[in-house]
Amino acid sequence: MRLSRWLADRWVMIVALLVLGYLALPILVVAGLSFNRPSSRLSYDFNEFTLDNWRQPCATSDMCDAVVRSVQIGFLATVIATVLGTLMAFALVRHRFRGRSGINVLIFLPMATPELVMGTSLLALFVSAGVPQGFWTILIAHVMFCVSFVVVTVKARLAGMDRRLEEAAMDLYASEWQTFRRITLPLVLPGIVAAALLAFSLSFDDFIITNFNAGTTVTFPMYVWGAAQRGIPPQVNVIGTAMFAIALLLVGLSSLRGRRARRANLLAGPAGHLRRPS
Amino acid sequence: MTLLAPTGSGQPPPAPPAARSGRRRLLPYLLLLPGAAWLLIFFGVPLVQLAAASLYDPSGSLSTGYAMTWAVSNYPDVLQAYWPQFLRSFGYAGLALVLALLLGYPLAYAIAQKAGRWNNLLLVCVVAPMFTSFLVRTLAWKTILSDNGALVGLLRDVHLLAPDGRLLATPFAVVLGLTYNFLPFLVLPLYASLERLDHRLLEAATDLYASPVQAFRRVTLPLSMPGLVAGTLLFFIPASGDYINAELLGTPNEYMIGNVIDSAFLVRLDYPQGAALSFLLMAAILAVVFGYLRRAGTEEVV
Amino acid sequence: MARETPAGDLRLANLTKRFGVFTAVDDLSLTIGQGSFFALLGASGCGKTTTLRMIAGLEEPTSGQVLLGDRDITRLRPYKRPVNTVFQSYALFPHLSIFENVAFGLRRRGIRSVDDEVTRMLSLVQLDGYGNRRPAQLSGGQQQRVALARALINRPQVLLLDEPLGALDLKLRRQMQIELKRIQTEVGITFVHVTHDQEEAMTMADTVAVMNAGRIEQLGAPADIYEFPATAFVANFLGQSNLLAGEATGVGGGDVAVTAHGTRFSVPAGRSRAEHGPVHLGVRPEKLILVGSADQVPAGHQHVTGIVTDASYVGVSTQYLVRTGWGTELSVFAANSGTSARVAVGSEAVAYWDPRHAFLLPRDAADTDRTSPVLDEPVGASS
Ligand SMILES: Nc1ncnc2c1ncn2[C@@H]1O[C@H](COP(=O)(O)OP(=O)(O)O)[C@@H](O)[C@H]1O
Ligand SMILES: [Mg+2]
Repeated sequence: MRLSRWLADRWVMIVALLVLGYLALPILVVAGLSFNRPSSRLSYDFNEFTLDNWRQPCATSDMCDAVVRSVQIGFLATVIATVLGTLMAFALVRHRFRGRSGINVLIFLPMATPELVMGTSLLALFVSAGVPQGFWTILIAHVMFCVSFVVVTVKARLAGMDRRLEEAAMDLYASEWQTFRRITLPLVLPGIVAAALLAFSLSFDDFIITNFNAGTTVTFPMYVWGAAQRGIPPQVNVIGTAMFAIALLLVGLSSLRGRRARRANLLAGPAGHLRRPS
Repeated sequence: MTLLAPTGSGQPPPAPPAARSGRRRLLPYLLLLPGAAWLLIFFGVPLVQLAAASLYDPSGSLSTGYAMTWAVSNYPDVLQAYWPQFLRSFGYAGLALVLALLLGYPLAYAIAQKAGRWNNLLLVCVVAPMFTSFLVRTLAWKTILSDNGALVGLLRDVHLLAPDGRLLATPFAVVLGLTYNFLPFLVLPLYASLERLDHRLLEAATDLYASPVQAFRRVTLPLSMPGLVAGTLLFFIPASGDYINAELLGTPNEYMIGNVIDSAFLVRLDYPQGAALSFLLMAAILAVVFGYLRRAGTEEVV
Repeated sequence: MARETPAGDLRLANLTKRFGVFTAVDDLSLTIGQGSFFALLGASGCGKTTTLRMIAGLEEPTSGQVLLGDRDITRLRPYKRPVNTVFQSYALFPHLSIFENVAFGLRRRGIRSVDDEVTRMLSLVQLDGYGNRRPAQLSGGQQQRVALARALINRPQVLLLDEPLGALDLKLRRQMQIELKRIQTEVGITFVHVTHDQEEAMTMADTVAVMNAGRIEQLGAPADIYEFPATAFVANFLGQSNLLAGEATGVGGGDVAVTAHGTRFSVPAGRSRAEHGPVHLGVRPEKLILVGSADQVPAGHQHVTGIVTDASYVGVSTQYLVRTGWGTELSVFAANSGTSARVAVGSEAVAYWDPRHAFLLPRDAADTDRTSPVLDEPVGASS
């Protein structure tokens, strides 16, 4: 009787923890394998503990080249997409203009289109225009699929902002530019930062679209894909674990710095709009 | 557009002040121009081109070039050849969606309503796996499900699995992978709308003689609808177009339509066929999406 | 800013604001004297906020002008006007400290050393030592005072207050009303105070304007408006009135003769806004006195007879409803001064009044008696 009561009160939490365990399981495996010395190239089983992989993460140099390239592309794509998307969000929230529903469709469609279709169609464009594929075509593609997510994230933050704060600033002798600089920008910044983080994670992890538009350029996910056929070097798990740790650290730091509200926003902001970082 | 922004679906922003001058009227267009141009050139135009490519003469090749012959027959042809993969894509994605709902709803609900001050930590636990590369995680599943792994051994010992039974390279593995990979996209929007749910509403419902099940059905579920709709779409759209899970965790017997499109473009170099398949996939997804939105009936969406 | 510009009254001239086809502010003209405490009173949605926003420059008038002294500021951007606002919702900047919130206006005008001024201002609103906090860490009343300090520090020519006390509980509200009045007297700035609380308007303002559906119905000193309202709306918005429908039949001997419900009454000509045709004869509930029979009515007074249908004891007074022979229920407030006995419900009673306390208003021919139910604490019931 008492047990069933206890269960009735807590089963949701118990299920939730089990699901979290399910989500964490592969991460634990990845972390474990990063300390593994595999018995053969194609083996995924735990063999022997070693720190070598962490000591020499760049033992396979083309992997590190790929990571660096992914970071470069991710950084550039984030900057461009964040700027373009933020401008669009401002136009959509703050202005009335003709053609707004058309713009909304243009922003919505990329999010509702399978990445495969975007990847193939972009490939068709580059091929027919005779554009050689590589670093720049990847960058173009990444900006394209990140923009919509930036717009939606920043828009949510902007729409939730109290217009009266800006009016109050203008009432207190702040010109349009000063109002933007002192009030609007600081208040929207968490949304922009969240959008940028989201864009970076989407770009860094994208495989499908990149695969169609990369030519011979290799990003980290493409390296992993290629290596999966030949046998994955254990250093890949080092990168995976390190990325996870950095993400945790970033979130931890931001939650230490920000107050509760801001922290929740960082998570819930992109939360609504995340799509799979493939 | 609120589809993907459940956090922003409060009241609409107050109407912007009337345009002051010509320059002000032009401003929104200037703000939109770079982003909209980027999307038009690199998303809109290619889509139109892809539509054209899907009507090319299928007997052409990349080296000899394609002729535009308005070959509408490409569509029935590819459908004829690949309908099993189509069905499988939607079947697997649908199955994974059901699983994800069963797992994700309690998770989102617990974080939003039961976790108290731990809610941010738990939320981090949902988001953090996404930062480990998606491919790396899927490969980790390959390890977990492998024939000589601990899980298979355990299942064989308790006779849940035949002595020669396997998990890897089965439909089960593919559906499990899909569920796993896209679960956060279901949970996060759901969390966002459940978090705003005032738990006093549930108390009021119980006060008005609703059993827990009724309270859930009549109060919690309807109020979490925007998040549920957004989460379902964010899960289903990429899941049905995915081919990584089928490739890494399945065999050609589990291939989804994504695998076929991938190989049409990158292996067989059959552009008309790949384009026709892409378009069919997109049309099917849009049909499912809009059918679903209409049934879900939340005007708050899109 | 106020120091450089020549002093002057705030004048609104034919100010109109339309949202689409809806007219929020309708041809408003008024003058607010320099240094006065002006209250804009009206029901929710009658256009008070819109009027303030046009004065502040946050809303552009559809037509009409806003003048400060002899300067036309109608098209001036908000940051170019010597006008500051205390917003209905305070609108404190959540990302800035209290100190920076208060210093905001000074900094925008390029003033470098703001410390002394801000400290002085914070102590004026009794928030010494709160400078480092964020707005979210203050109570509603404290936030309200920050909003006040943030506006006052700029020494604007005109300070606009948009229901600044609306969110406060009654006790704090009374306290803030006294404080606001004190500050206004101290700094001598023109205050335009918007409220829907009639009592607040009456206790604080030198001049009250009662607004209805985008128009000013009456403007004047609180006591004047209360004692001699201009319209039926004002008579029942500011306090409460018994309005009897009647016909005026002209002036005779300094009085206007009125026939209402078959009885003849008279009202001094000086308290009549109509001398012929359909009128409302108005008497405030506290000006009515209840007695048991007609022979107790003193000479020179007028009366109606009825049945007491309700008596509610509210401490300082007892509020009666008296149903007249024609069915209208009149309100009567009797002060609980201990000099008169309470009247029992169901008994017959006579309500009388001094004609000098009655007033006469023009009436639409279709309009009948108007007595408002007791919904709120009546103004003046305690006096
Ligand atoms: N931006 C706007 N667009 C349309 N109608 C508005 C707008 N602002 C105010 N209104 C309308 O104008 C009327 C007056 O509003 P307001 O001045 O805010 O009233 P209040 O007296 O309560 O402050 C209201 O009916 C309101 O709905
Ligand atoms: Mg208002």
